Amino acid sequence: MHLRELTNLLDCEVVWGHDLLEGKEVKACFAADLMSDVLAFSEPGALLITGLASLQSVHAADVADLTGILYVGGKRPAEQVLELARQRKIPLLTTRQSMFDVCATLRDAGLKAGCKE
Amino acid sequence: MKAEVKGSEILYVERFRILHGDYEHGGDAAAAIKAVLKELGIHPDLIRRLSIANFEAEMNVIMYAEEGEMEFQVLADAVRVVLTDRGQGIPDIELAMTPGYSTATPAMRERGFGAGLGLPNIKKNVDLFEIESTVGVGTTLRYSIFLSERQRAGEA
Repeated sequence: MHLRELTNLLDCEVVWGHDLLEGKEVKACFAADLMSDVLAFSEPGALLITGLASLQSVHAADVADLTGILYVGGKRPAEQVLELARQRKIPLLTTRQSMFDVCATLRDAGLKAGCKE
Repeated sequence: MKAEVKGSEILYVERFRILHGDYEHGGDAAAAIKAVLKELGIHPDLIRRLSIANFEAEMNVIMYAEEGEMEFQVLADAVRVVLTDRGQGIPDIELAMTPGYSTATPAMRERGFGAGLGLPNIKKNVDLFEIESTVGVGTTLRYSIFLSERQRAGEA
């Protein structure tokens, strides 16, 4: 699924990275609030779905080569987090929908778990 | 790479200082090293493994030690990190290496860390891993990822 299409499907706001959405394809997602889990178990290229709108979410997505971050439950990253995402070129999305609903919708749409173990 | 270069010769070194509680900059050393590895044309899988190890290691210093120095070295046949910290040390390394064991505080957990996966995850991502610790003095981590013939620095 194209990241742009996913944005429409989940009624996301693009917090940062409009230009980066084009041509980005998402095949798998990794959902967690625990960045330790992201670092240990995520697959490269996955979309990170999280309720943790911290600097660490961007660092984790960067080192783990994730495609972007989708914040759930209406979480909005602070300006400092946005600035880091700009530097690292990681698109940030946010939706008011819950983690559960987001995951269910994306699984129904054919996306897989971007999880190693 | 010239044939006479020995595996142990250090071709490039960069050092990063890491301070306790400096959550804001945790990940900066990992990012800087990642940029160097990309520049050298190292395979993305190896870059990812070392970057994950580096970020975990940085966060460990920020969370548990007073201060530390991360030294990143590029050798002809490997990339290596030596991270020396001054701090409380680890009383039982075997226990600290057990997935799920954690002494994290709520402040660490708020930031998505403290699951007891840090040290085991560093070990999992690298080819060589050594840890030494003295209680009340500090901890030294040494870890390396081997570069295959084609991935040697400057060739890819």
